[in-house]
Amino acid sequence: MELIQEAVPTGFAYLAPWLVFAPLLGLLINLLFGHRFSERMIGLVASLASGAAFIVSVLLASTVSANHGEAIRWQLAEWIHIGTLSLDWTFRIDSLSTTMMLVVSGVGTLIHIYAIGYMHEDVRFKNDPGRFARFFVFLNLFIAAMMILVSGDSYLMLFVGWEGVGLCSFLLIGFWYELDTLGRPSWANSNAAKKAFITNRIGDFGFLIAGFIMFWALGSFQFDEVFEAAQTAAPGVIVAITLFMLIGVAGKSAQIPLYVWLPDAMAGPTPVSALIHAATMVTAGVYLITRSAELYTLVPQAQYIVAMAGAVTALFAATIAVGQYDIKKVLAYSTISQLGFMVAAVGMGAFVAGMFHLITHAFFKALLFLSAGSVILGMERGHHNLAHGHHNDHAHGEGSNEEGGHGDSHGEVFDPGDMRNMGGLRRTMPVTYWLYMIGTLALAGIFPFAGFWSKDEILLDASLHYPIVYLLLSIAAFFTAFYMGRQIWMVFFGEHRTEAAAHAVESKPIITVPLMVLAALSVLGGALNLPFEGFHQLGHWLEYTLHEVESLALDYGVAGISTVLALAAIALSWFIYGRNPLRTGQPDPLKRPLGMLFTGMENKWFVDEGYFATIINPFKNLSQFLADVIDWRFWHDWFHETVIAGTYNWVSNIALNRYADQQGIDRFANGLGNVTQWLSAGARQIQNGFVRSYALSVLLGVVLILGYLILR
Amino acid sequence: MVEINYYIILSAVLFTIGALGVLVRRNALIIFMSIELMLNSANLAMVAFGSVLESFSGQIFVFFVIAVAAAEVAVGLALIVEIFKSKRSIDVDQMNSMKG
Amino acid sequence: MNLDLILFLVLAVVAVATAIGMLLSRNAVYSALFLVLNFITVAVFYLLLGAPFIAMAQVTVYAGAIMVLFLFVIMLLGAESLPKAEVLPWQKPLAVILGFVLIAEAAYLLITRARPLGQIAPPGAAANDPLTLQQLGMSLFQDYLLPFEVTSILLLVAMVGAIVLIRKERRVH
Repeated sequence: MELIQEAVPTGFAYLAPWLVFAPLLGLLINLLFGHRFSERMIGLVASLASGAAFIVSVLLASTVSANHGEAIRWQLAEWIHIGTLSLDWTFRIDSLSTTMMLVVSGVGTLIHIYAIGYMHEDVRFKNDPGRFARFFVFLNLFIAAMMILVSGDSYLMLFVGWEGVGLCSFLLIGFWYELDTLGRPSWANSNAAKKAFITNRIGDFGFLIAGFIMFWALGSFQFDEVFEAAQTAAPGVIVAITLFMLIGVAGKSAQIPLYVWLPDAMAGPTPVSALIHAATMVTAGVYLITRSAELYTLVPQAQYIVAMAGAVTALFAATIAVGQYDIKKVLAYSTISQLGFMVAAVGMGAFVAGMFHLITHAFFKALLFLSAGSVILGMERGHHNLAHGHHNDHAHGEGSNEEGGHGDSHGEVFDPGDMRNMGGLRRTMPVTYWLYMIGTLALAGIFPFAGFWSKDEILLDASLHYPIVYLLLSIAAFFTAFYMGRQIWMVFFGEHRTEAAAHAVESKPIITVPLMVLAALSVLGGALNLPFEGFHQLGHWLEYTLHEVESLALDYGVAGISTVLALAAIALSWFIYGRNPLRTGQPDPLKRPLGMLFTGMENKWFVDEGYFATIINPFKNLSQFLADVIDWRFWHDWFHETVIAGTYNWVSNIALNRYADQQGIDRFANGLGNVTQWLSAGARQIQNGFVRSYALSVLLGVVLILGYLILR
Repeated sequence: MVEINYYIILSAVLFTIGALGVLVRRNALIIFMSIELMLNSANLAMVAFGSVLESFSGQIFVFFVIAVAAAEVAVGLALIVEIFKSKRSIDVDQMNSMKG
Repeated sequence: MNLDLILFLVLAVVAVATAIGMLLSRNAVYSALFLVLNFITVAVFYLLLGAPFIAMAQVTVYAGAIMVLFLFVIMLLGAESLPKAEVLPWQKPLAVILGFVLIAEAAYLLITRARPLGQIAPPGAAANDPLTLQQLGMSLFQDYLLPFEVTSILLLVAMVGAIVLIRKERRVH
C-alpha cells in the first residue's frame, strides 16, 4: 500500500474525517433527541454540523494551498485487503476535492439555514409538525454522503458516497411520501422518489460495469494507480470504462436518456430541490468526469460522445423548459440544461470551465430554487390568509384545511407553484423579486454576473474545438435566457392572476438572508476565474490536480455573440409575455403560433410516456405474467399443489399408509402376535397337569441325551 | 463265572421296567412301587460293581440307599394318604389341577 | 456253561418276570406281592455277589418293612382296579417305544463301549465270614461315619414328617 508522502507536511489534514463525522454527529443528535428539541435547536444542530464541515473544508483548502497544491492522502482506516485488491478509507485532499467540498458544504450550510424557516412553514401547511427533525437528519446524511463522494481517494469510496447521495435523494424527494405536491393523499411523491432511485440505479449499473472493467484491466480502484495503469492499457478498455462511466453520469447528473427523474424530483421540498438537485448531487457526475480527466484525455472518441451527450441534453431540456407552467419545473429543466453545459464542457476537455460553471451554477441555481421556494411559501400564505380571513404569517393548518389538501373555501385544489396563478408578485414580495432577478441574470449569462463568465468560457472552448457543440450550446443559451425571462414576466410582473397572489406575504429574514448571501456570490462569483492574464485563479488552483489546463483569454467575439443572444432572448420574452401580461385563465401566448411544437414542449416531448410504453409497461406486463401465470398458476397451483403435494399425499397416504404400513407392517406385527399366540396356545397344551406325561418327557430327554452321547 | 455285563444288562432291564411302570400305570401306589424297583436295579448294579472291584463301597452305598428309600416311602405314603383324603382317589390322572 | 451262569439266568428270568408281573397286574395287592418276590430275588443276587449283609438288609427292610407298609396303604386306600378311562391315548405306546429305545441304547453302550471289567467269581467262604462283616462295619463307622449319622437324622426327620402330615389333617377337623 502506498503510504502518505511523509515529506509533505499534513497541516490540517488530520481534520479530514470530520468532513464526514460532523454531519453524522449532527444527524445522530437530531435522530436520537430530535423529538425533545425545539425546531430552532434542531435546525441549529444541523446547520452547525454542516457549518463545521465547511470550516474543515476551508482549513483543508488552506493546507493544500500551503503545500503548493500537492495532493494529501490521509488514511482513516483499512477497508478491504483481499488478494490483489487493497483499499482503505483514505481521504484525498487536493485542489479539486477541496473545491467540491467548499461548494457542497458552503451552499449546503446556507440551505440548512434557509430550510429552518422553510420547513417550519411547510410542516404546518402539511399538518405534520413532528416531521421537522427528520428532514434535517436526512439533510445531514446527505452532506455526509456527499463528503465521502468528493473526498474519496478511490473509485470505490466515491461509489459509496455516490450510492449514499442516491439514497438521500430518494429519502428527501419522498419526504412527504403519502401526499402529492399539493398535499393531497396520493402515491405521487413516493412514485417520484422511486423513479429517482431506479433511474439512478440504472446509472449506477453503468458505473459498476466501469468499475469492474477498471479493476479487471487496470488492477485497482485507487485514483493514482488507475491513472498510471491506464497509460499502458489498451485504448478499447479505456473507452469502455469511460463510456460506462458516462452512463453513471447520465443517471446522476440527469443527462439524456436518464434525466427523467429530475423534474419529478421537484415533488420534494424546495430546499431539497436546491441542495440536491441543483447545487450538489447532480454535480457529482461532472466531478466524476473531472476526476477521471486522465482517463478521458486518453480517448478522444469517448470525449466526443460525452460532449455531444451534454450538448444535446442542454438543448433538449431547454426546449422543454419553455413550455412548463410550474415554477420549479422550469428550474428543474433549466438544471438539466445547465448540467448539459457542464458535461459538454468536461467532455470537451475544458475541465476548468466545467468546474467553474459547476460552482457558479451552484450559487445561482440554489438562489433561484430557494427564491422560488420563497415565492411558493408566499403564495401559500396568501392562500391561507384568504381562507382564515387576514391572519398573519404563522398560519397553522387549522380550520378548513384539515383534509390535508389545499382546497380552499371554493372546494377546488390550489397549486401555489403554478405560474399561471401568480403575477405581480414584484409588488407584494419585493425582496424575493430582486433576489430572483439576480439569479435570472446570472443564469441567463448577462455581464457581469457569474453565469456570464462561466458559460462564456464553455462556449469559447467549444467554439475552438467542437463547432457543433458550440452551435447546440448557443441555441440552448438562447432558450435559457428566453424561458427565464418568461418566468420573470409571468411571476413578478403584470396583474395578480389570483386572489392568493394578491395576498402573498414576503418571507422572513431566516429565509431571505441566506438568499442574499447566495445572491452576492452569484454576482461576484465570476471573479473565481476571470479570463484575463493573471486572473485565472480557479484554473491555477485546479491545475495542481489536473496538470493540464488550458487557460483561455476572453474572446470578445464569442462573448459578444452570447450576450447578444441572451439579450435578444430576454427581449423576445418581454415581447410575448411582458408587454401584454397574462390575464387569469388566458392560455400561453406561444400556444397558437407554435401549435404542435408547443404541445411537445409542454408535455416534455412525451419522453416519459415513451418510456412507459416501450420499457415500463412491457416490463410490468412481463412481471405480471411471470408472477401470475408462471409463478402462481403454473408453479404454485399446478406444480406444487398437483404434482408435489399430490405426489407427496399419494406417497404418504396410499403407498406408505395403505400398502406399506397397513398391509405390510401391520400385517407383520399382527402376524407376530398371532404366531406367538398360536405358538403359546400350542405350547400350553404341554402343561396338561398329568404327571405321567411330564415323566414321559423326562424319559424322552434322557433317551435323547443318551443317544446324543452315544452318537457323538 | 458270570460276566459283569450280564448283571448290568439285568439292571438296565429292571430299570426300564420300573420306568415303564412309572409312565404307564395310573395308580399312584403302583407308580411308587415302580420307583422302588428302579432304585433296586441301581442297587444291584452297584453291588455287582463292588464285587468285581473288590471294594466295600458298593455295599455301603446300597446300605444308605436302602435307608433313604425307607424314609422316602414313609413320607411318600403319608402324602398319598393325604391326597386320597381330599381327592377320594389315587388316580394320578385326576390330579391335574396344575395344568396350564 | 457252569452253575453260576445257569443260576444267574434262572434268577434273572424270575426277577424280570416278577417285575413285569408287577407292572401288568391289575390288582394292586398282586403288584405288591410280585414286587416282594422281586426283592427277594434281588436279595439272592446279592448273596451271589458276596454281599450277605446287604442281602439280609434287603429282605428285612425292603421286603419286610417297606412292602408291608405298601400293603397297609393299599388296603387302606382300596386296591380296586381303576376305571379304564384313558386320558392320554399316546402315553402307553410312546412309553413302550421309549423303553425299548432305552434298552437298545444300554445294550449298544455295553457292547461297544464298555471296558471289560472282569468276571464275578462266586463268593467264597470268606463272604460269610464274620470277619468280613466286621470289616464292613468298621468301614461303615470309620470311613462313612458322616453319611451314617446324617442318614439317622434323615430317618428321624422322615418319621417326624410322616406323623406331622397325619396330625395336621386332624387339627383341621
